[in-house]
Amino acid sequence: MVNPNVEGKTYPETAPYLVGREKIREFAHAVKSTSPINLDLFAAQAAGYADVVAPPTFAVVIQERSLATVLADKDADIDFSRVVHGDQRFVHTRPIVAGDELTSTLTVASVKALGAHAMVTFETKIHDARKELVCTAISTLVVRGGDE
Amino acid sequence: MTHINLASLEVGQTIGSTEFLLTRDSLVRYAGASGDFNPIHYRDDFAVSVGLPGVLAHGMLTMGVSVQLVVDWIGDPGRILDYGVRFTKPVVVDAVEGAVLVVSGKIGEVDADNSVVRVDITATFADTAVLGKAQARVRI
Repeated sequence: MVNPNVEGKTYPETAPYLVGREKIREFAHAVKSTSPINLDLFAAQAAGYADVVAPPTFAVVIQERSLATVLADKDADIDFSRVVHGDQRFVHTRPIVAGDELTSTLTVASVKALGAHAMVTFETKIHDARKELVCTAISTLVVRGGDE
Repeated sequence: MTHINLASLEVGQTIGSTEFLLTRDSLVRYAGASGDFNPIHYRDDFAVSVGLPGVLAHGMLTMGVSVQLVVDWIGDPGRILDYGVRFTKPVVVDAVEGAVLVVSGKIGEVDADNSVVRVDITATFADTAVLGKAQARVRI
């Protein structure tokens, strides 16, 4: 179901993702944010930021790009249609702001059997163009066992 | 600086509560914004075919919406240092009625030395908690 040998595997760094101001606004509206610091350049600058600030869960967009690489990895053998999101955490060194150019590197932190299911925990380190750590995204997926 | 006085905060104190209406429109909007186009979040026939009770909200939508209570309390999304949740129950979004998410928060811990507080979030749908161990660490 999930190859236990992928535990500890680190996938190649993703191509740089340029965080757009309108993308942040779009995401902020989607999570029903009304914070001017997400939406309004002048409010964000008045609060000391270079540009509009991404909502606290925006890093999922970057994480998804890393996860796509793993789900496409035949060696990892993860059936996406059987995946349920178990838990999620974002630890920020600093907030993501518009203009950031972010890359991510994903490591399979653990693979555990849980009855007929498997739990896979991924740790995605997100860095800016200066190679400084911006956010660590930790995600556990539950892969449901087959009927056979 | 924020408008919140660290010294006035006590463990157990509420930061308030609010309701969010999640409709199918909300789900489609989130799918587009996040890039998560799993059809269980917009297609009834597909959701049923994989054994679900109906179209579900993205867990990440529930997570992202719930923290807005904390963002509004602190007044700055950039002050949420660390935010984690467990997805414990699905939020089934009716095509006509949508789903009402009720979110509340209280102070779980005060770290005065580092000017950081932990807010514990409760999110319920149909009187059932849908997030577990939902905690945000916030810089005051």
